[in-house]
This record gives sequence, structure tokens and C-alpha cells, in this order.
Amino acid sequence: MSQVLFFLSAIGAITAAVGVVMLRNPFYSVLALVGHLICLAALFLLLRAEFVAAAQVVVYAGAVMVLYVFVVAYVGGGEEDMLGGTALRIIGPLFALALAIELCLTMLGSALKGINTKGAPYILGFGTPRHIGKLFLTTYLFPFEVASLLLLVAAIGAVVLARRRRGLTPDDELERRIHAPRPRYTGTMAEGGGIRQELAAAQRAGLSPVETRHREGIDEGAQLAAPIAAPEQEGGW
Amino acid sequence: MNIGWYLTVSAIIFAIGAAGVLTRRNPLVILLCLELMLNAANLALVAFARMHGGEAGQVFALIVMVVAACEVTVGLGMIVAIHRRNLPIDVDELSQLNG
Amino acid sequence: MSPTTWGWLVLACPLAGSAIIALGWPRWRGTSSGWIATLAILLSFVCSVGALITLLNRPLGHRELTSTLWNYAVTGGLDAKMQILVDPLSVFMILVVSGVSTLIHLYSISYMKSDKGIVRYFSYLNYFVFSMLLLVLAGNFLLLIVGWAFVGAASYLLISFWYRRTTATQAGIKAFVINVVGDVGLVLGTFFILRHTGTVDLLKTFAATPHVFHHNDGALVAGCILLLIGAFAKSAQVPLHTWLPDAMEGPTPVSALIHAATMVTAGVYLIARMHPLFEQAPAAADVGSVVGCATLLIAGTIAIVQTDIKRIIAYSTMSQIGYMIMAVSSGAYAAGLFHLMTHAFFKALLFMAAGSVIGAMAGAQSIEKMSGLRKAMPFTFACFVVGGLALSGLPPFSGWLSKDDILGYMFHRGSWYPVLGVLGYVGALLTGIYTFRLIFRVFFGEPCEEARELEHGHLAHAEVATNPANGEVEDTEIGFPGPEHVIAEREWPMKIAMGALALLALVGGFIQVPGIDDKVTEFLSTAFPHDRLAHLEPSSSSAWTGLIVGAVIAVIGILIAYRIWIKAPQIAVRMQQRLAPLHTFLLNKWYFDELIDAVVVRPVAIFGQIMQSVMERIVVGGGITGGTVGLVRASSAAVRRVQTGFLRYYAAMMVVGLFAVGLYFLVSAT
Repeated sequence: MSQVLFFLSAIGAITAAVGVVMLRNPFYSVLALVGHLICLAALFLLLRAEFVAAAQVVVYAGAVMVLYVFVVAYVGGGEEDMLGGTALRIIGPLFALALAIELCLTMLGSALKGINTKGAPYILGFGTPRHIGKLFLTTYLFPFEVASLLLLVAAIGAVVLARRRRGLTPDDELERRIHAPRPRYTGTMAEGGGIRQELAAAQRAGLSPVETRHREGIDEGAQLAAPIAAPEQEGGW
Repeated sequence: MNIGWYLTVSAIIFAIGAAGVLTRRNPLVILLCLELMLNAANLALVAFARMHGGEAGQVFALIVMVVAACEVTVGLGMIVAIHRRNLPIDVDELSQLNG
Repeated sequence: MSPTTWGWLVLACPLAGSAIIALGWPRWRGTSSGWIATLAILLSFVCSVGALITLLNRPLGHRELTSTLWNYAVTGGLDAKMQILVDPLSVFMILVVSGVSTLIHLYSISYMKSDKGIVRYFSYLNYFVFSMLLLVLAGNFLLLIVGWAFVGAASYLLISFWYRRTTATQAGIKAFVINVVGDVGLVLGTFFILRHTGTVDLLKTFAATPHVFHHNDGALVAGCILLLIGAFAKSAQVPLHTWLPDAMEGPTPVSALIHAATMVTAGVYLIARMHPLFEQAPAAADVGSVVGCATLLIAGTIAIVQTDIKRIIAYSTMSQIGYMIMAVSSGAYAAGLFHLMTHAFFKALLFMAAGSVIGAMAGAQSIEKMSGLRKAMPFTFACFVVGGLALSGLPPFSGWLSKDDILGYMFHRGSWYPVLGVLGYVGALLTGIYTFRLIFRVFFGEPCEEARELEHGHLAHAEVATNPANGEVEDTEIGFPGPEHVIAEREWPMKIAMGALALLALVGGFIQVPGIDDKVTEFLSTAFPHDRLAHLEPSSSSAWTGLIVGAVIAVIGILIAYRIWIKAPQIAVRMQQRLAPLHTFLLNKWYFDELIDAVVVRPVAIFGQIMQSVMERIVVGGGITGGTVGLVRASSAAVRRVQTGFLRYYAAMMVVGLFAVGLYFLVSAT
């Protein structure tokens, strides 16, 4: 009975894995991975790892994959062109195949005594939450705490990475306020640099400096309606 | 079933995951394949835990799961940030860190 | 006070003089720096006399004294100290050097009085005297080499004193480079000898020589020949003599002091000082004798055809130093040094008189322009004649006694030395000819324009200052001679100096008249205690025979000159035409300059060019550094290609790496 279940789960896991890799729509890939995770949970159960199996389903398939689904929905990605790309398309699977063979050889050809058995004798309660919990709070307390710290860091990191930063997207209100004309000879160096250009241009046109000032009068109302583009300068803002 | 079978399955899934990382261009899918590899490692750990009769492997597998979760969080955050800047979601296009 | 204390004072005075003049240079107005310098040297002379007197007070066997100020480098294998050696030889030399220097400083005060660089001049001149005194007072090889090098430096500084003249700076460089060749010889020779004796101290080396080296030992002969190279370079012997005529670019008092009386005699002093080494290696000494003899003949023949007044006297110096080198190499130490002393007197006198003549001619130095200056410059004429007679070797002047002392010894020495003696008499004949050629052409005959003006009391003045060597126009600012020209008749310091030297040239020889007194030999005998050769004294009668022969030859020479240049001047012209190739050969100084240019200068220049274009540019620049750079660039470009920026390549490499590591462990486990 357990063998049947094993083969079903194994074949399911492998098929789902292949599906993750080969399906073009990323959304389908995510769904394939969810299936893969559930098959793996079944395999964990066969290995008497009840808590791990439960955690896999609840945390991994339940929380992490839901996060994935959200992001895929937001970002999308669409259909991917599988035929394009570099020679890695062919070499990649080859390498992977070589890796698989090698790993199998390593593990099965090794002198591990327990490979051919069904496992060591175990006490009752092996793999139950009680045992795992006890281990976490005694022998493996340090990794437990570090793991929680890691979770905290990751959460903060995610927020920092994905936050909306001001100025990265064009903010119309901000633009208008920034580019409103100010009284002359105040403000930044860029503006001061711009003065020299204006005066030079005005001189070339034959006007005196005083006239240019009056000519380009300060008319907030008219100019607030159409934001002025910032003058192009060397080493501006 | 013998433990060896589980290990074989783990190796196959690991290889499939590696192939996926090397082949796909969408960073989201690459992260998914990374998950595959992590899960394969989890399977191997739990199998060995059963082989030895100790629960250390299972504890380790849980920690790996936590790490995977964190990594996914950060990776997805990055992908969202890339999407925010209207850059193409394609690792072949995002190759400016070259020398 | 002991002789060595006087010795240190002798050294201290010119050094202090030079330093005081140099450090206070903006303050010295007019010729005050000259008076300070002269005073310093006068004090040095007084201290030399003090050293002489205190040395004579000591008994005969105790006249070699050393004194050490401090240990300079006394370590394993080397014992170099700041040490002077006061013995009759060094006292003799310091007397001559400081005495003649005092008179030349006095002369210079007038000669250089309008020169803008007068302060620099006197500082250099004092520094030169200090270095020369250091050289002769040195108690070990190291200090000797130091003095030697300083003297070379001072000579360079003073030859190119008028530094804005390119002829002067080139002459200075030529002198310095040839002197450096000699310096190398000196230092290497010292090393050869040091290796075997283990000490640089002079007295200890001489004591050890008979034990460490056997007769004509190869190492000693090599070392002595290297020392001889040093002596030849400094004393302008063939083939390292080409710098001396060019050194006449310096002011006339410099020529008088450095290139007549003192520096060029350093080689003679060296051989005399190192006589125990030369006696143990007679092969090297013979080389010295032959070269000295060759030089005196070559220089004599060249002097007959030269037309620059200072160069004639320079070749004469070369010739006379050939006599001295021949003498001290053959063992006639006292005779050679006696000639050194008398030569200092009359040669300095001749140069001073020549300076006066040049002043009268407003800076021109070619004798083709000079004639009939006798009436206009009687004092200069008298001095010139006295110097010329002493040089030619006419009785009773000092030159007669000293030169024939040398030649008499040559005949007495036996084996093949009489050949050198005969050649020496030929040289004496040539000396008479060229000396009186000079005197007759410059002072006799129709007075030239400058002479006529001077007879009317008006000193000629050139409107435009020109370089006498190549006629280039120059000004009289610093770096060039001053605007005023002086003649001896009008300057009392020059008169005193020249008069003193004329007196010495006349009577200076009387301290060593064979059969009557032997002051020089006696005095110096303790410096040469163990010499087999120094005791080879010709008997009085053979010495007198030699003297009479010498006198006769001198008279013949003067008569020949009289006939050619006074009685029948067309003989000179006809001879020049008939013997034109010979004349050209002699006028070009036996083509030594061209020979050295072809054999040494050109190959070195070509070698340098090849090195620059091939080695430097192609091999080092292109190959080694360029190649290294190219290699690094290429390899870094190759490595850079790994950083593609593609995520999947990196992932692929990770997988490949993992595979490789696993494979390694798999294989090594089997």
C-alpha cells in the first residue's frame, strides 16, 4: 500500500516539477508548484515526518505560494518566448541531467548502510509536533531564534525593496511646485547658471540686462498652468 | 520503500529545478525553480532523518523552509521593484552589471 | 709647535679663506675679497715655513710625522683616518705651493679687478689651494684621492670661470672628463695595492711593500700602471694631455697657478710619494720614464708652430712636466722635485707676463697680432726674458741647474737611460727654439698698433669685447671677462709678484749646485731613506759636464731662433711652405684630439644611440614594459568576459562547479 502511494506521489511530484519548468504561463507554473508541494507533503508523510508535512502544506503551499500568486497577478509576465534565448536552452538541461546522474551515483553508490533499508527503528511519536517542538526549544534553540530573526529581516527587506519612493514616478503636483518661477538670484546654483545663459542670450539679441529682467516677468498665475521644463544645464540638479 | 528511492526522487527533482533555472527567462519562474531545488533538498533531509532515526533532519528541513520563505519574500520584492520602474521582466535584458 | 700642528694650520687657512669669502659674498666690495684670499694664503705660507723650521730642528731619522684628527672609517679591512703626513717631501711641496700661490693671488687682485665675478674667483682659488695642500699633506691613500678629486673639481670650476663662453665650458668639461679617467686609474690602483697590503696608510703601505710584493709582482705592476694613468691625466702626459691646451680658456692667473705650477705637478708628486712601490715594480717605472720622454718631445715640437701665446706656454709646461715625470720615474727624485720648484717659479712668471701682454693687446692672444712690444712694456719684457732664459736652461738661471741635474742623472743611471738623456737634450734644444721664437716675435720687430699707442701712454681698448678663441662677440657682464685690461707696468701688485718670481727664477737654483751645495737632495734624502736609486749621485765632474753641455745646447737653440725670427724672417715662411704637411701635422697637435674622438668619443656616442634606440625603446620600452602591460591588459580583457551580466550564465557556472566538485569527491572516493 505504501509503495503504491509512494509511486503515485513520486510521479506526481516529478510531473509537477516538469510542469513548473516547461509551462509557459508563469501562473500555470505557480499552480504546478503547488501541486508539487502537496505531492511532496505526501512523501513526507510516508517518511513519518508528520509535522514537516503539515508545515509544508500550511506554510509553503498555503502562505508562500499565495504570495507568489499575488505577485504573479500584479507583475504578470505573460507568455514567454521559449524558443528564443541563448545556447543555454540546450546546454542547461544537459548539465542538469549530468548533475542528476552524478547525484544518484553519489548517493546510491556510497557505502551508506541504511540506503537499502526502510529506515531505522523509531520510537513512537517520531516526527510528531511534540517531539519537533521539544527539539526546537532545547537542542536547536539557537537556529530557531536565528530563523525568526531572519524572518524579521526578510520582512523589512521586502518592504524596503518594494516601497513606493517619491520622485521615482512622475508626481505632477510636485513637478509644478518645483518648477514654479522664483525671484531672480535666489535658489540653486543651477538656476544661477541659467541666469548667465539667459543674460548672454539676451545680450546677443541686443537687449540690456535690466530689460531682460522685466521682460521675463514673474507671473505665477499664468505659469502655474503650464509647468516649465527645467533648463538643460551641465551638472544640473 | 527503501530510502534510496526517496533519494533518487530528490535528485531528479533537484536536477529538474536546476534545468529550469538555467533555461527560463522570467525571473518569477526562476524563483519557482529555485523552490523546487529547495524542496528536493528538504526531501533528502527528511529521508536521511528517517534513515538515522533522529529528528535532526526534520528540524533542519523546517529551517530550510523558513529560509526559503524569506528568500522568496525578498526576491519577489525585487521583482515588484523592477516592475515599478517599467523595466522588462527578463533576466537576459537585465544585464547591466557586466564588466 | 710641532710640525704636524703647523701642517693642520697650513690646511686650515685656505679653507677658512674660501669659506669666509664664499659665505660673505654680497659684502665684499671691489677687490677686498682678493686681499682676504691673499692674506689667507700668506698665512698658509708662513705656517709652511714654520713646519719647515720645526722639521729641521728634528734629528735626521725622525722627520716623518703623522697626525690624526679623527678616525673616519676604521673597520674590518680598512683603516681610513683623517691623517696628514708631514715629512720633507710634503713640506717641500707645501712651501712651493703656498709660496707661488701667494704671489699669484697678489697678481690676480689686479688682473681680475674689473671682473664681476671676482668674489667667486677668489673663493675658488682659495679652495683650489686648499685641495692641493690636502693632496700633498695626505697621510693615507683615501685623503690623497679626496685631494686629487677636489683639485680636479677646482680646475673645472676655474677653467670654465667665464662660463658664458661656450669655448670655456667645453674646455672645462674636457678637462674634467680626462681627469676622471685618471681618477679611475688612481682609485683602481689604490685598490689593487690595498688588496694585498691591507692598509691605506701611506707609511704602513711602504713598510709592507717589500714583504707583500716580490720584485715586479704582477699585481703591483698593474697597480702602479693604474697610478701612472692617474698621474698622466693630472699632469697632462701623452695620451691624456689633450685637455691642457684647452684649459687656457681660464683666466691667466688660473693658468699660472693650476696649469703650470701646482695641479699639473700633482702627478709628479704622486710618483715621488709612491716611490717604494715603483722601486718594487720597475716595469711600471720604466713606462713612466718612456711616456715622460715621449711627451717632452711631442710637446716641444707642437710648441714650435703654435700661434696663441698661452698655448705655447701650455705646451712648454707639458714638455717640462715630461722632464719631471721622466726624472721621478727613473729614480732622480731630488732632481725631479728640484725642477718642479724652479719650473713653478719661471712658468708662473711667464704666464704672468703673458697676462700682461694680453692686457696690452686688449684681450687678443694670437702672436700674429703682436710685435715690437719691447719699448712699450719694459718691465714685462724683462720678466719674460728672465723666464725664457730660465726655461731654456741658460746659466746661471735656476732652470739650467735643475734641468741638467735631471739629464745628468739619466746618463749616470746606466743601461738604456742615456737614450732618454739624449732625447732630453733634443728637447732642451726645442725648448730654446720655441721660447725665443715667442719672445722674438712678440717683443721684437716693428711695433704693432697697440704697442705704439702704449708708447704714447695710451692703453689699447677694444670697443667690442670678443672671445679670442673664436672671435664671438660678447659683453662684459658676469660670466665674461671684465671691461678693464691691465698691464704690469701700471699695477703695483703685479709688479711685486712678477718681480719676486723673477728673482727666484734667477737665484732659486743656487741651493743645488753640484759640488757646492746639495740642499734639496739633503733635505729630501730622509724622505727616501731606503732607496737604492736615490743614492745614485753623479759625481761632481760628470754633473758639471752635463751642465756645460746643457748650457751649450740652450745657447744653440737661442741662436737658431734668433737667426730664423730676427735676422731672416723669410726662412720661417719658406720652411712653412716647404714642410707644409709637417707643419699641418704639428699645428693639429699630432692629431691626438681627432684620434681620441675617433677611438673613444664616437664609439661611445654610437653605442649610446644604439642603446637608446634599440635597448631602451624597443627592448625595454616596447618589449619588457610594453609587453608586460599588454599581457596584463589582454589577460584582464579575457577574464572580464566572464562578467557577462546574464544571470543564467552565473547560474550555469554554479551548476557546473557543483558538478565538478561532486565529481572530484566521487572519483577520489573510489
